[in-house]
Amino acid sequence: MQLTVWTYEGPPHVGAMRIAASMRGLHYVLHAPQGDTYADLLFTMIERRDTRPPVTYTTFKAQDLGADTAEIFKIACRDAVERFKPEAIIVGASCTAELIQDDPAGLAAALALPIPVIPLELPSYSKKENWGAAETFYRLVRAFAPAPQRPAPRVVRPAGERSCNILGPTSLGFRHRDDIEEVRRMLERLGVIVNLVAPLGASPSDLARLPDADFNVVLYPEIAGTAADWLKRNHGQAFVSIPPIGVRATADFLAAVAGLAGVAAPAASPAALRMPWYSRSIDSTYLTGKRVFIFGDATHAVAAARVAADELGFAVCGLGTYSREFAREVRAAAVRYGVEPLISDDHLAVEDAIIAAQPELILGTQMERHVAKRLRIPCAVISAPVHVQDFPARYSPQMGHEGANVLFDSWVHPLMMGLEEHLLGMFRDDFEFNDGAAPSHLGHAAAPVAEAEDPTLVVLARPVAWTGEAEKELRKIPFFVRGKARKNTERFAVERGLQTITIETLYDAKAHYSR
Amino acid sequence: MNAMPPRTGAQDCGPVTPLRQRGQHEVFCGLTSIIWLHRKVQDAFFLIVGSRTCAHLMQSAAGVMIFAEPRFGTAIIEERDLAGMADLHEELDRVVARLLARRPEIRMLVLVGSCPSEVIKLDLGKAAERLARLHAPATRVLHFSGSGIETTFTQGEDNFLAALARELPAAEAKAPPSLMVAGALPDVVEDQFRRIFDALGIGPVSFLPSRASSGLPPVGPATRVLLAQPYLGEAARALEARGATVLAAPFPLGEEGTTAWLRAAADAFGVAPGRFDAITRAGRRRAREAVGRHRAELEGRRVFLFPDSQLEPSIARFLAREAGAEIVEIGSPYLHRQHLAGEFALLPPGIPFSEGQDVDRQLDRCRAARPDLAVCGMGLANPLEAEGIATKWSIELVFTPVQGYEQAGDLAELFVRPLARRAVLKLGA
Repeated sequence: MQLTVWTYEGPPHVGAMRIAASMRGLHYVLHAPQGDTYADLLFTMIERRDTRPPVTYTTFKAQDLGADTAEIFKIACRDAVERFKPEAIIVGASCTAELIQDDPAGLAAALALPIPVIPLELPSYSKKENWGAAETFYRLVRAFAPAPQRPAPRVVRPAGERSCNILGPTSLGFRHRDDIEEVRRMLERLGVIVNLVAPLGASPSDLARLPDADFNVVLYPEIAGTAADWLKRNHGQAFVSIPPIGVRATADFLAAVAGLAGVAAPAASPAALRMPWYSRSIDSTYLTGKRVFIFGDATHAVAAARVAADELGFAVCGLGTYSREFAREVRAAAVRYGVEPLISDDHLAVEDAIIAAQPELILGTQMERHVAKRLRIPCAVISAPVHVQDFPARYSPQMGHEGANVLFDSWVHPLMMGLEEHLLGMFRDDFEFNDGAAPSHLGHAAAPVAEAEDPTLVVLARPVAWTGEAEKELRKIPFFVRGKARKNTERFAVERGLQTITIETLYDAKAHYSR
Repeated sequence: MNAMPPRTGAQDCGPVTPLRQRGQHEVFCGLTSIIWLHRKVQDAFFLIVGSRTCAHLMQSAAGVMIFAEPRFGTAIIEERDLAGMADLHEELDRVVARLLARRPEIRMLVLVGSCPSEVIKLDLGKAAERLARLHAPATRVLHFSGSGIETTFTQGEDNFLAALARELPAAEAKAPPSLMVAGALPDVVEDQFRRIFDALGIGPVSFLPSRASSGLPPVGPATRVLLAQPYLGEAARALEARGATVLAAPFPLGEEGTTAWLRAAADAFGVAPGRFDAITRAGRRRAREAVGRHRAELEGRRVFLFPDSQLEPSIARFLAREAGAEIVEIGSPYLHRQHLAGEFALLPPGIPFSEGQDVDRQLDRCRAARPDLAVCGMGLANPLEAEGIATKWSIELVFTPVQGYEQAGDLAELFVRPLARRAVLKLGA
């Protein structure tokens, strides 16, 4: 039993819903009680979807438990096929239905429906949303692109005529909608034909065309990794699984794709890629060594660490993921940056790690954005779980060349606004500036109530006393590095056995720790 | 094939037989009540004993992840608990101990049953008794079921108040008559009602739930209960079991509903009609004026209400009688005939009424009727908007202060807003 307030991932059947909602002509019949229909609003509200997701819930009640919940499931299946006329249905159980063991697979098979039925076994009490999405996609791929009876060696098409599938983009994915466009454009510029994008936008019958491609591009291993492995083993399709996030990863991605396609890798970046110059330009100097804490799904977290360290000159002070299935990848990356990897889906543990790391910037999920607000640390969101804000009206990919531009803007702006806040803070005694006003970059919704003026005061017990003057001097330091300055000064004082911290101590410590 | 719901009749004060279709219910489960209950009772913590789905529902339905640490959480049952590798009761004790250590300000812990905990027959009553012994006197421990197999949405509050009713101290034998207002109301509305009751000379007045668990009001044979919400069947029964008398009244939505509701209390406490008129005159006038300003926008508009909070009949009555709207269908997850008799007596005859839901067939009826406004849940709103039907999120009716005289205009405005927005946008089709 685990105590949870907020979760990074929903249950596995929500992952299956995301696959169903991504595709055309597929319907999901879910054996579930009525409350589980809340999941519809993830799609209609967060994603602003203009149709209901293709899911039928049996919504059984307590009174049905003694009677015939199996019959309710069969009726729901028949009605859904009749009403929505899908090409195929997936059937399964949510957490409650799993306990009553009605066997949706067997019941649906007994109905002898005129369309394919793909049963899903998604263990609700041990697995989570991304696993459920990956498993569902894999089951669909197996069902509609079955392994050949007699495996034959793959016919190699001539270089320049090869095609690929783009695997992984999904409904409720972080910027998947725009990543597809960006990646497709890059592939086509390279002379690679895109055979199929799946699951987003594909139908079950489209999946039958997957083996036509020469190789696969896996954008999100959390969702398409299992299916890509299977396609490799059974259809001989190699795959590229470098997420093209950032300038260097995009170049690596294009080189790998070019290798499989038998074409030349692009020699130069397009003019529209402004990111390397923006990062080299003189005003970006202040970004050097900014301490950044990174948390998200494994794909986005690992990619963000590379961009942060190599392309923006930040210092990675924390790296973690909630995707336990990809812990190995994150651990390997953490070694590179000399930090302790954080593999946890406990948001309180993540918050503790953030407080301990004293970052100047957080790259995280919506959960870390809230932590950042509380701690008044600049933050940019890099990963699901998604929020309505993660579906901007504008084109805003994370991947490819435009994605690299977007990363520069969306990670650097919060820092610049933090700097502006400091400049405003310097005028705090000026009659025109209201000390009670919430910082503009936190948004007007950020209620200043119930927040201590300096949140680091709340979370850390004070090991040494500060003189009034030293405390006043500390307040002149920008709030987003104040916590670190306070901590360093106190450590400095404790190590030297000082009883009180004076202005002298503050500056001695600063000199001691200056890098 | 597409049955039309039976209609309300003025003579029999209710729908003869509501349309009941077995199909998909597109409603929240009772756990969702916790979203307002945990704000209302400020020293309580609601611990759902459930699955990852329950936790995910709570954060999705709460809409935004709340800034501060909320006073609710989920003890997620895991595979090892089900496989018998861990004792569920011991696990629960461990989780509760950790929680209370982290939140020492909590005075009332509420264990909330879910679909999985009901199906595996986890005895939360027994758990609550044991935990109450362990954590007494600092923390009181209650339990109720918010499971989706037994409750929809607001029925979670109903079950919570029923549990609370059993905890209330007994009033003294010779206690004078007192008034208890049952059903969570926004604090601002509570304060307004309290002032009106004071002016009417009705008292003592208590509210259930109280804002703090330390202030639980006494109950006994002299307690007169006025239901502020229409979904309190279990709570009313539990209060009656404690000897209280439930006053029959429509619900305090709109000028008319508020007046009738207050009058039920006034009559029970022997307030002279002249005094009642004098005290409520200003409120009634303000409410009529405020609603009147929106009437032109709502008059003759055709409104379809999907089932959600059980407030639907009261909302329909308000929209029909005070705003001049035409009600196409009233859907409600459950109909408590006795508590809603007052509403049906006021509703114009002939309005189709459905209880429970088959969402697909109900959507067919809605599309066929092409209403000017559909009041519906968040799962249906954008799809209906995309089909050209203006919508109002029904969930706003439970999160916005809408009861009483001073909010009657706000209630009307909630329905005007989507229509007004359509009028101002010049975006083309």
